[in-house]
Amino acid sequence: MSGAPRARQPRPKGRGRELFYWLLTRYTAVALFVLALAHFSMTHFIYDPGDQSAEWITQMRWSSLTLRLLDWSMLLIVMIHSALGMRTVVQDYFKGRAQSVALGLLYILTATLVVLGSHVVLTLPLK
Amino acid sequence: MARGSTLPAPRRGLRGAIAYRGGEGMLAWAFHRISGIAVWSFLVLHVIDIFLVGANPEAYDHLLQFYSSPPGRVMETLLGAALFYHALNGMRIVVMDLWPALTAYHRQLWRIVWVTFFALGLPGAYIILKPIWELAK
Repeated sequence: MSGAPRARQPRPKGRGRELFYWLLTRYTAVALFVLALAHFSMTHFIYDPGDQSAEWITQMRWSSLTLRLLDWSMLLIVMIHSALGMRTVVQDYFKGRAQSVALGLLYILTATLVVLGSHVVLTLPLK
Repeated sequence: MARGSTLPAPRRGLRGAIAYRGGEGMLAWAFHRISGIAVWSFLVLHVIDIFLVGANPEAYDHLLQFYSSPPGRVMETLLGAALFYHALNGMRIVVMDLWPALTAYHRQLWRIVWVTFFALGLPGAYIILKPIWELAK
């Protein structure tokens, strides 16, 4: 398979946790291909950043429970996908103790963002 | 059949030392990593700015003014490019990982990525950047 692209992590051997992460990265990627590109198209092509005040989000975008739940699911999926991706990046560039510290910071940051994002999705009044 | 296995002969001197001898796979990997880190960086900012919609709406509106300013629009175009490349190349990786037989067509898939990237990306960039010229009038 020489000359084959190296943009890929080889499929982990066996059926352990690494294989689960590897598959999870790919399944979340497929979901995000639809969700994230639709999100970017909505915020930049259908509407313009110039339209989207805090009031607009409350009155328009998140007045729909469906769109709100869709955005929440996108938040959870993208946090899983990006944390797994950044985990690979950290493992490539940090070794030993520095790697453990960097991974710890990554997981704390990810958990914080999930809490902040979920908080606003769930508590902003439904108009 | 090992098409990519014949690397060019190494060149001597400084140019030889820094010459790029990778194939499409190496470029695809480098772009995928750079765009992934870039999108992740914006994601951290973006979750925090959306949190402000509830916590501090004035601060959010203030930030949105930057997003719709000319420098903001240039940065959003770059963000869109990073996101779109990462999404398209990501699907190329998924296709080859879940159906390994299709790895034989990796060059064709790589070409589809770039044709799609420019065919949809250039009109997209135009839509995002257009208000800059309207503002200048």
